[in-house]
Amino acid sequence: PYKVVGLEIHAQISSNSKLFSGSQVQFAAPPNSLVSFFDASLPGTLPVLNRRCVEAAVMTGLALNCSINKKSLFDRKHYFYADLPAGYQITQQRVPIAVNGSLSYSLCIDNKMSQMVTKTVRIKQIQLEQDSGKSLHDDTRSQTLVDLNRAGVGLMEVVMEPDMCCGEEAAAAVRELQLILQTLGSSQAVMSEGQLRVDANVSVHHPGEPYGVRTEVKNINSIRFLAKAVDYEIQRQIKELESGRTILNETRAFDSKLGCTVPMRDKEGKQDYRFMPEPNLPPLILYDAKSLPANMNHQQVVNIDWIHERLPDLPSVKRAKLVERYGILPEHSFTLLNEDGLSEFFEDVIKQTQMKPKKVIGWILKDLLSYLKKHSLTVKESPVSSFLLADLLNRLEEKEISSTAAKQVFAELWKGEGKTPLEIVKEKKLQLIQDQKDLEQICQTVMAIKAGNRKVLNKLIGLVQRETQGRSNPVLVKQLLEKKLSE
Amino acid sequence: RCLSLIKSTKFLNAYITVAEETALKQAEESEKRYRRGQPLGVLDGIPIAVKDNFNTAGIETTCASNMLKGYISPYNATVVQKLLDQGAVLLGKTNLDEFAMGSGSTDGVFGPVRNPWSYSRQYKEKSVPKSHSEDKDSNWVITGGSSGGSAAAVSSFTCFAALGSDTGGSTRNPAAHCGVVGLKPTYGLISRHGLIPLVNSMDVPGILTRCVDDAAVVLGSLAGHDPKDSTTIQDNFKPFELSNLPDVSKLSIGIPKEYHAPGLSSEILALWSKAADLFKNAGAKVIEVSLPHTRYSIVCYHVLCTAEVASNMARFDGLEYGHRSDMNKSTESMYAATRREGFNDVVRGRILSGNYFMLKQNYENYFIKAQKVRRLIANDFVKVFGSGVDILLTPTTLSDAVPYTEFIKEDNRTRSAQDDILTQAANMAGLPAINVPTALSERGLPVGLQFIGRSFQEKQLLTVAKWFEKQVKFPTIQLEEVKRHDHGVFQHQKSASFL
Repeated sequence: PYKVVGLEIHAQISSNSKLFSGSQVQFAAPPNSLVSFFDASLPGTLPVLNRRCVEAAVMTGLALNCSINKKSLFDRKHYFYADLPAGYQITQQRVPIAVNGSLSYSLCIDNKMSQMVTKTVRIKQIQLEQDSGKSLHDDTRSQTLVDLNRAGVGLMEVVMEPDMCCGEEAAAAVRELQLILQTLGSSQAVMSEGQLRVDANVSVHHPGEPYGVRTEVKNINSIRFLAKAVDYEIQRQIKELESGRTILNETRAFDSKLGCTVPMRDKEGKQDYRFMPEPNLPPLILYDAKSLPANMNHQQVVNIDWIHERLPDLPSVKRAKLVERYGILPEHSFTLLNEDGLSEFFEDVIKQTQMKPKKVIGWILKDLLSYLKKHSLTVKESPVSSFLLADLLNRLEEKEISSTAAKQVFAELWKGEGKTPLEIVKEKKLQLIQDQKDLEQICQTVMAIKAGNRKVLNKLIGLVQRETQGRSNPVLVKQLLEKKLSE
Repeated sequence: RCLSLIKSTKFLNAYITVAEETALKQAEESEKRYRRGQPLGVLDGIPIAVKDNFNTAGIETTCASNMLKGYISPYNATVVQKLLDQGAVLLGKTNLDEFAMGSGSTDGVFGPVRNPWSYSRQYKEKSVPKSHSEDKDSNWVITGGSSGGSAAAVSSFTCFAALGSDTGGSTRNPAAHCGVVGLKPTYGLISRHGLIPLVNSMDVPGILTRCVDDAAVVLGSLAGHDPKDSTTIQDNFKPFELSNLPDVSKLSIGIPKEYHAPGLSSEILALWSKAADLFKNAGAKVIEVSLPHTRYSIVCYHVLCTAEVASNMARFDGLEYGHRSDMNKSTESMYAATRREGFNDVVRGRILSGNYFMLKQNYENYFIKAQKVRRLIANDFVKVFGSGVDILLTPTTLSDAVPYTEFIKEDNRTRSAQDDILTQAANMAGLPAINVPTALSERGLPVGLQFIGRSFQEKQLLTVAKWFEKQVKFPTIQLEEVKRHDHGVFQHQKSASFL
């Protein structure tokens, strides 16, 4: 059967104040400390649009290849809930700010990250809307605690068409969106802080038949859980249909502990949101270089072209540049960008070492990254700085140590005791014996011993003495060597 | 002086809250400023009253509803702030129909407002005495609404100006019935921030005064862009003074034939005609015009108004402010009980209607249709003004004020539908309009006529109104209570009038 997955993503806009009021936006502030009169829906208060939020939405729309609507409208969506003080949410239902875009993302075909395939998902639209407050249900005391700090914070709702077919695709698409938002700065998009929320719309059908009934899955708190939730729901629907039952058009919650979706009790019955134009906000008019009137105060308008010119390099561009500049593989560039700060670390190391990027990348992706993952550290928290790693790699390049030795030094550096690679090499006696004469001698000696020349034994004892700076017991050494040689 | 007059006219029930202490303090401060020669502005020291649907910090704002009884707002409406910044003295909050829904000022929780003219010598002389034993009070007439309290307050000399609101005629209607000037400014000229909304797309703060000059002065203090209200225009507003000798001969006055509405009293029709002649004789061009969609405006208004009401009232759930029911079985039941207890039948009826019209299956047929009809109504005016007409002259009300006992025989919705017909279209189109008291009816009650002007052309509108006011010389109300308080108030006791 065909599996069809669409996503509705709410990204909190990174701004100082809320979408329609001047109160501050801040995570984890004391309850109800960031609530203006408008946020509390005091009668007579009116919404005033925040320019920064509009710019964030335009940036995001441009980055997702959308058409920006030069005229967009605001609407009221009505429902009663304790965390919605006005009894309606201001959103953009009729004409949103951006439409018809696309997002490209990549997946690995196999587990080894050796082959990547690029997919595209269509972006239906991006709309500006208010976030609601938070309500905590205290069942023991039969009460609900309401915190309105979040009420009125600006959101961008990004709607992805049902072009995805499984949890992995959904996760990859969201990950890419997250990177884009973070690169633009329009949203910090940290899921654990509620700055990025994803709802999945899932349905299945047989090829050639019309789309099946879809369910909406909510309460997905991480990208990993998104993949799990989507895959579970797909399987659940397939099982239901194969057993001859039907799928209900309902909203389900993902239970991360059980790894399954369950019907949500709150959302029974279809809601009629009674959409109505928001009468207190005139249509939002955006300009571009062509349509901008000459005498307009530039503070009062949002110029799409001006924003476009100032867009930073998007992740896909950054990756391409990394591949081109350093000759690394595309899948490498994905990993570099996937880890916050890793590509910067990589480039810092490159700057400080003679080692070729193609070799450096191995150290970054295999050694550094695996250590970070093992200890659950971020790049920023790495005990090994780019300076130290570069130093180590230089020693390797200079053939002062072998690559095996280098790995040992790296392990030592990881302890974070403040020693430099040079110090560790000296301490652990990991220097490569470079001297040709020395090596020749040792080789000859070994060959001679193998040929049965016992006089060489004394030479070996001498070498050992030198190595240990005269501290080894000669009798013991002689015994050991004899034993070894007869092996 | 005003405060004591308020006390002695308490039976009018024009005021819900009298802010005696703060008013006296403000008056004191004002006097000090005048002594120093540093008044804050034109309105420094002028006592004003404000309709109780404007937020006033520290003073109760009730909207004449149980929902907001005891509600003390933490902020001032922009218009209130502007008045206070000028040094005006805020006497108190005036009575209204609950949440400004109504055309009689009879449906608020604090009871109906009585028209001061009910107690005037002019009315008493003309009213047929029924019998001595009958309660003199029983045939008092209504003020009209919904800004009846403000109109009564100005009319009975308890204040020099008052703020009302106008959504379908709520400032002009009571102005006509109480014999005062009632100005509805162009939508977008004066900030609505802090005005508890009825219909956001039609509401405007209204100005009630005793003469047109005063209205111009108050307008000058209030108009202008407010960043807190995104529907106010950005253009700079320049306060103006009205000329004493305007030349009306250059004007073109339009008489819309559709405003000869069914139920229009013959008295008012005659007055309207006489007024048209007045302009003709002064050399103005007076022509009949047509606003063909006028008859659809009431139904259209009904749909759009109830829809916005349903939306605007959604915030009253008892959670953050206002009345909260004791019912606490669940959030939903608490909401339902709070709203049932807090709102009167009129409000609840409009909420239900409005929600009905906004249902998905009805939206296209009702709401969208009404929006289209609204556009047609507005275009009627555009066409007429575009054809060279400067000002429209129409009646304001269908008749003079009716006795309360008669008024309440019909329900609020019926009354509103009847009474709004002449004033409503100006709100649909966002145009400025003003009621000028014209003459006394046969029953000795005030009758006014309405002028409707072009968008943002208040100066022209008020100039014409002032000229007309001068011509008709509307008589001053003769109230016992007022006489007792101040003999000097009455300078022109002209019983002869326009009629």
